[in-house]
Amino acid sequence: MKGMTIIVKTISSWVKMLIVLFGIYIVLFGHLTPGGGFAGGVILASSYVLLMLAFGREFVEKDLPLAIDSKLDCLGALLFALIAILGFALGGTFFFNFLYQKYRLGESLRLISAGTIPLSNIAIGLKVGASLFMVIFLLSTFRRGTSANK
Amino acid sequence: MAIFYVLLLFMIVAAIIAIETNNLLSSVICIGAIGFGASLMFLFLRAPDIAITQIVVEVLGLIILIRATISRDLTFITGSKEFFGTVISVVIIFVIFLAGVQVFETLPNFGTPIFAEVPDTASQTYIKKGLDDTGAANIVASVILDYRAYDTLGEATVLFTSIIGAAVMLRKKTRKLPEDLNL
Amino acid sequence: MPYALCFLLFMLGLYCAVVKKNMVKIVIGITVMEYAVNLFLIMLGYRSGGTAPIIDKSQLDAGLEQFISSSVDPLPQALVLTAIVISLGSLALMISICIRTYEKYGTFDITQIRRLKG
Repeated sequence: MKGMTIIVKTISSWVKMLIVLFGIYIVLFGHLTPGGGFAGGVILASSYVLLMLAFGREFVEKDLPLAIDSKLDCLGALLFALIAILGFALGGTFFFNFLYQKYRLGESLRLISAGTIPLSNIAIGLKVGASLFMVIFLLSTFRRGTSANK
Repeated sequence: MAIFYVLLLFMIVAAIIAIETNNLLSSVICIGAIGFGASLMFLFLRAPDIAITQIVVEVLGLIILIRATISRDLTFITGSKEFFGTVISVVIIFVIFLAGVQVFETLPNFGTPIFAEVPDTASQTYIKKGLDDTGAANIVASVILDYRAYDTLGEATVLFTSIIGAAVMLRKKTRKLPEDLNL
Repeated sequence: MPYALCFLLFMLGLYCAVVKKNMVKIVIGITVMEYAVNLFLIMLGYRSGGTAPIIDKSQLDAGLEQFISSSVDPLPQALVLTAIVISLGSLALMISICIRTYEKYGTFDITQIRRLKG
């Protein structure tokens, strides 16, 4: 897939940093304002999709190869499972909010509060973003109008 | 309340256009209109989390759908229509619709949620004790990540599985047959 | 009455998924059904004149009585949040099946696919 004109390339290289910043804000403040891990992860994926549409597929392949992307995906899933198992080890139950019930860190309505909820949001955001970017990248590797086996 | 009816009628008209038109690109654009109307409706129904998620997911869904339709040579639908099968399907769907509307008499009116009529449900516990038990100001985030975190684990697994299924289906290299390997 | 209109949207999507013969139209019908179901679940939890289930500073200072008596239901919102993201994953899977079938048979029509064997 080839890229677009020079105006689109210039503007999208400025806008992509704004989209990544907005996505990180939505993920981190998920326990105070609307948003959370899922919406933030989809926003992070869409910034790389913008890069892929504007610059072409080979540029993004050098920037974020598919091997690193699948490892980020697995890292997000393992981090989420690790938080759950730590809750089981330090409390009695799976997914026990050990940072809030045992050690009270921070006060209400601030950024550092609510225990393991921001950490879970980061893990979910990483996982969802990496997965959706990978599937859109793989959908774009098919050539235009290939001839079928009759 | 009038805004709900306006948005619902807009979505129904867009759905009728998306179903009946012959041009695949117009159908995909009407799906975008339905998703946008749904996101506005979520905002008026006091669900800002869902509105943000719906609009960004709909944008990515449009990119996936357009990728599938316009890079093929064929964007117009050809072929004959069957008359008899269509009439039977429409009659059955109409009967199901009439039966379904009778079920809505048993629900409370639009505007009173179920937990306002039945005391001591799970939703009342989440609203009353959400801030004290978890410390999160967003009650929906505390529900999906503390009270019901198993559902989030199940969702992560389902997303993982469907993405792996799509990645396997879009592979280009195939396995080597046994006679290609030098044994 | 809004429940009936939402159910009509679901029935339109069901009609499209059952009657049409083009594969992409079937996928579009399934997508319309998913939008209708998510909308219906959120409409079940609406309270007239209610507020969103997010506590801010002014509500915390005034005591939580006002918030408890006027908030909408947070439980359907939690269920629909994951359902929306899963629908994107399943849309990607369905479209990859459609693309693979087009590569092999050269058409999107499901009646043609049944006739070409081998």
